[in-house]
Amino acid sequence: MQGGILLPRLDRAGLAFGAVALGLAILIPVLNLGIPADSPFHMPPHVVALMGKYLCYALLALSVDLVWGYCGILSLGHGAFFALGGYAMGMYLMRQIGPRGMYGHPTLPDFMVFLNWQELPWYWLGFDHFWFAVLMVLLVPGLLAGLLGWLAFRSRVTGVYLSIITQAMTFALLLAFFRNDMGFGGNNGLTDFKDILGASIQADGTRSALFAASAIALALGFILCRWIVRSKLGRVLVAIRDAESRTRFLGYRVEQYKLLVFVTSACMAGVAGALYVPQVGIINPGEFSPANSIEAVIWVAVGGRGTLIGSVIGAVLVNFGKTLLTNALPEIWLFALGGLFIAVTLFLPRGIVGLWTDYWAKRREKQAASITPHPVTEGP
Amino acid sequence: MRMLLLLLSLLVTPLVWAQATGPLIDALGTDDFAAREQALAALTETGDPAIVPALKALEGGALYRRLADDKVLIGREDGDGIALTDPLTGTALGTEPAGNVALIRVNNRLRRAIGASLGALTLRSPDAAVRRTAAEAVFVSRDATALPPVDTALATETDAKVKRSLEQARAAILLADDTLPTDTKLASIATIADRGGQAALALLNPLTGSTEPAVAKAATEAVRLIENKLAWAAAAQNIIYGLSLGSVLLLAAIGLAVTFGVMGVINMAHGEMVMLGAYTTYVVQEVIRTHAPGLFDWSLLIALPLAFIVAGGVGILIERGIIRFLYGRPLETLLATWGLSLVLQQAVRSIFGPTNMEVGNPAWMAGAFQVGDVTITYGRMWIFLFGLIVFAALMLLLRRTPLGLQMRAVTQNRSMARAMGIRTARVDALTFGLGSGIAGLAGVALSQIDNVSPNLGQGYIIDSFMIVIFGGVGNLWGTLVGALSLGIVNKLLEPLAGAVLGKILVLVGIILFIQARPRGLFALKGRAIDH
Repeated sequence: MQGGILLPRLDRAGLAFGAVALGLAILIPVLNLGIPADSPFHMPPHVVALMGKYLCYALLALSVDLVWGYCGILSLGHGAFFALGGYAMGMYLMRQIGPRGMYGHPTLPDFMVFLNWQELPWYWLGFDHFWFAVLMVLLVPGLLAGLLGWLAFRSRVTGVYLSIITQAMTFALLLAFFRNDMGFGGNNGLTDFKDILGASIQADGTRSALFAASAIALALGFILCRWIVRSKLGRVLVAIRDAESRTRFLGYRVEQYKLLVFVTSACMAGVAGALYVPQVGIINPGEFSPANSIEAVIWVAVGGRGTLIGSVIGAVLVNFGKTLLTNALPEIWLFALGGLFIAVTLFLPRGIVGLWTDYWAKRREKQAASITPHPVTEGP
Repeated sequence: MRMLLLLLSLLVTPLVWAQATGPLIDALGTDDFAAREQALAALTETGDPAIVPALKALEGGALYRRLADDKVLIGREDGDGIALTDPLTGTALGTEPAGNVALIRVNNRLRRAIGASLGALTLRSPDAAVRRTAAEAVFVSRDATALPPVDTALATETDAKVKRSLEQARAAILLADDTLPTDTKLASIATIADRGGQAALALLNPLTGSTEPAVAKAATEAVRLIENKLAWAAAAQNIIYGLSLGSVLLLAAIGLAVTFGVMGVINMAHGEMVMLGAYTTYVVQEVIRTHAPGLFDWSLLIALPLAFIVAGGVGILIERGIIRFLYGRPLETLLATWGLSLVLQQAVRSIFGPTNMEVGNPAWMAGAFQVGDVTITYGRMWIFLFGLIVFAALMLLLRRTPLGLQMRAVTQNRSMARAMGIRTARVDALTFGLGSGIAGLAGVALSQIDNVSPNLGQGYIIDSFMIVIFGGVGNLWGTLVGALSLGIVNKLLEPLAGAVLGKILVLVGIILFIQARPRGLFALKGRAIDH
């Protein structure tokens, strides 16, 4: 143990990823703000927002990979944690609008005025403060994951059953948030944001700052995940993934390990959602739809399950492809996405990263074989 | 002797009517409103139902006097002239120029009188159903002027049902009069209470505050009884709705009970098999509409085998092309079949367009019937029966046929089955095809009650999985009980919590239930289920 407890031992991959993300966090804002708009190197603000969105998806994919790739929990409800984090941030942003809404009500958001609400519901109290919203971004997804995980892991609901339960959870939340009397804007969700931390949300500087924040959050998330999977805890998680009963018989409290990693992952997804909302400018119940959660799983599968870096690559690549295809050939997108699901599971079970490592492993083997050829052994 | 006289009079009356009413109708042609009213009263006195068309024409401004002979006739504007018909016999009498006839006008007073006499006349119609409808109309209107005709009708009424309706109508009219003696009121309350229903409740509720203690007491008691009855009827109706929803869920889930429950394959494209079945129904109906419209009522029966073949065929293709490479890797199967569902949805959207397709209901699916206070639509009833039939057929197939035996053998112990000479790969494909084909059958039924769109299947996939897990994977009876009970619970929760919240509560309930019993309601015992 060289780093001590407070300063976790950083591995090379974690450091490298952190460095790249930090580089991006500086480079992109500079390209956007520092370079004049007519220069070919200038990055338009909408591209900055788009890339920020990809990074949020990457953080979500990372959180899915942590539970699926290293603990074998295929959650089809991570979109719910993402959306809950997003709603917490959206509520803060709604409170920042103050009396500048369409109806100009001094305290109530527009949709509450529209629905004839007289006063702010209790669960909106506190969201005027940024620190409170940040706390909720972590706390609400964490608590929900904790509750669901505690119930499910304790009674040993595993595999497909757990997947379907998490899907039912996000479906139930989808239905709930569509209701107007929930007090979260119903069908339309929360939108028309104006300020974040006193800065206009539309300003180029804010967009760049949000991008940088997303990049840093992704880097921190990556380092955290690396630390978890390389620690003794991570070894136990992999053991649970590969042979849950055996790990339990060896004396590990499997459900506690699973719960810990599930809650951590949910909090990461919540942070991703919180960073996503100010960059796209809206959060609505559609984010809870089961399809979104499954899409996040396929990003991980494309990149390579259980590799961390693969989930980031997969999320960025698939979403880049989605942006390209939905603009050029909208009808093709679902064919492409569906085909991707099938092709990856059939032909690329270890994803892009797996392909890459296999290729290098084979090359190295070949090289090793050419240097020291196997001695011909005589049969018995 | 008296009987004979009665019979004789019954035989003779129509003749007498026909002779008497002719001149009476012509009397309506007088210029004076008062005289017309007298003529109307005289007409009503005859009680001859044959004059109803004439009165209706008078009310609607279509009764004319022919100037040439002062005959009163029903007219209809026909080009420049008026096409005339005889008011009693309905025979056409040719077209007269508008100048040769005069329209018989009515004022408000006369119009009211017409209304009352029409009501009284229909109360004496020879058709019992018409008499009953008329009595019901009086019950609703509570028109005091209808009391004498109701009384006369009561005196001669022989049909028990009509008689009851008449008595209820009479009681309703009497209740409106506060000056009547207490005994009459109490009798009326008893009659109304006997009737039950919302209308009776509305009549009795004001009386609970009556100044006469006996009346107030009787009314309160009657209201309590009726409300009790209504609550039971509402509960029964909700259970019927629940069974109907449950049968829909059963149809959607039963195919999944085969692919997921028996085979252990997570088929997220199951909903799309349902959708394919629904689109098959649409195509069948389109073909019938253009080539053989007479067969429309048979369209669903024709669609059933086709939907089974289409969905089952696609299912076998999926099993051979994708799923067989993924046995033993349930999570990968889940992802691949989800991708497949996206492809199938988009394919259907590209072929048929994103809008809802119109699938018609055959005549035997339309309408409803009444059992006590509970309404049941034929469509829902057939779907319920169809669900049970499909379930029974599947049970028979699995339990009583060689194919079913092989399916069970392969799912219970694959290598032993293979050692016994069963071609497991073929059985796998057939089992998956069977589950998918049943989903196609469900699609035919669902096309009758849901929108046929590319998203049709998505609405059922989560529910179906919940039901199969809730009932216990691998147990078909569990699926049946699970689907019906979830349907009923859903519908019982709806009036309390609202439709959406009710569904959310059911979902959360199942999630919690699975924590308590991870293997469902009827768990299979033994070790085989643990991987």
